[in-house]
Amino acid sequence: MTVAVPLSLAEAFDELSRTPDARLIQGGTDLMVEINFNHVKPANVIALRRIKELRTWHVNSNNTITIGSGVPYQEMETGQLKELLPALAEAARTVGSPQIRAAGTLGGNLGTCSPAGDGLPVLFALDAIVHLQSLESSRDLSIHDFMLGVKRNARTANEIITGVTVPVLDGWQGYAKVGVRNAMVISVASACLAVDKKSNSVRIALGAVGPTIIRCRDAESWLVQQFDLSIATSIDPAIALEFGRRVALESKPIDDHRSTADYRRHAVGVLAKRLITRAYPS
Amino acid sequence: MNNSIGNEMYTLHINGQDRPVKDAWVGESLLYVLRERLELPGAKGACEQGECGSCTVIMDGDAVCSCLVMAATAVGADIVTVEGLIENDPSMAVTAQTITSQITDVQQAFIEEGGVQCGFCTPGLIVAVHHLLEKNPEPTELQVKESISGNICRCTGYGRIFAAVEAVVQVRKASR
Repeated sequence: MTVAVPLSLAEAFDELSRTPDARLIQGGTDLMVEINFNHVKPANVIALRRIKELRTWHVNSNNTITIGSGVPYQEMETGQLKELLPALAEAARTVGSPQIRAAGTLGGNLGTCSPAGDGLPVLFALDAIVHLQSLESSRDLSIHDFMLGVKRNARTANEIITGVTVPVLDGWQGYAKVGVRNAMVISVASACLAVDKKSNSVRIALGAVGPTIIRCRDAESWLVQQFDLSIATSIDPAIALEFGRRVALESKPIDDHRSTADYRRHAVGVLAKRLITRAYPS
Repeated sequence: MNNSIGNEMYTLHINGQDRPVKDAWVGESLLYVLRERLELPGAKGACEQGECGSCTVIMDGDAVCSCLVMAATAVGADIVTVEGLIENDPSMAVTAQTITSQITDVQQAFIEEGGVQCGFCTPGLIVAVHHLLEKNPEPTELQVKESISGNICRCTGYGRIFAAVEAVVQVRKASR
């Protein structure tokens, strides 16, 4: 086994062409658990944590933000990123513990592609673009085309996830999750809701209730017919309740070691109702 | 430039010292390397999946779980373990043996306030509290709770730990 610690993307691609089978590691919060428990023994590892290019973010001129795949969650919890992407800040704050948030990254969440990854519902709600790069070329993929299933994504072995681009929306946005306790917990069910006043639309994405993150398109289009999202300040509690019911119908949860399908379906309905009520206090 | 590390030696920078790691499997966690190869058993191994915080160390200014750091990837990082929280003679390698007589104000407060029961979680908590107070000398109760939310203690119920943090905050405030 070899471990490479490249200091630039160019060096990383150099390593990747030398060891095409290498596992890429960002903060290590997924891969190291697998290694510690002897679930995997990678032949080669390329650590991306010292690549400065991946640890930066910037606001683009078209009112979008590009976040490098190596930016740790703790950086999204505060400051300008929190102001511009409040749902991402809320999701980041629910990731593990301060120790995990100092190490864990969006790139790692995307690489692992667990439906319980806390960053992913936000990326789905915001229709994020995932940036992938290889030695020869680069491509941009919609998050909807990137995540293919449980821990499956469209990244090819010669590619590195370099970052994501998301829009800055005008409207309330937030993230909520259900777990067995308040801190240090993997999602049993999660939801991200984002209002876009400009296009009079609402987006809601669910985590941990299907093989991929689920966008509830039917509930979204139903809701915009009920009231004008761009001017309303409150929501009729009956509409919020019905929105939750419709969101729950679109979830596809399973029974597993963390919870049951029935509970998860119920939970996402409650989360959806809670989030839309926060956006439009009754 | 080839930064690949096979099974040969690599060097970590821990508690102000360069510490070579020899003849080790490169997939080992930093926790394992600290405890089993570098005579630094302060960080404790419990869950090995980042849930308990008993292995907390400071890496490049961040409190992290050493069980989730692949040691060979920490080359070039500045690592501080619980053993390195106090000022030591820089000519001596900091190991458990070289520091038995001195403790930090946080450790002293944990003793005085009864923040230590079985003691297993204590080193991780000590590191997390040092890290918190370095960034935020007068944290609110919520900030204290959040900052140690990744450190699980099954004995104390945390009340005595919060009391210890508060005691340190007061002592440091008085001496500023």
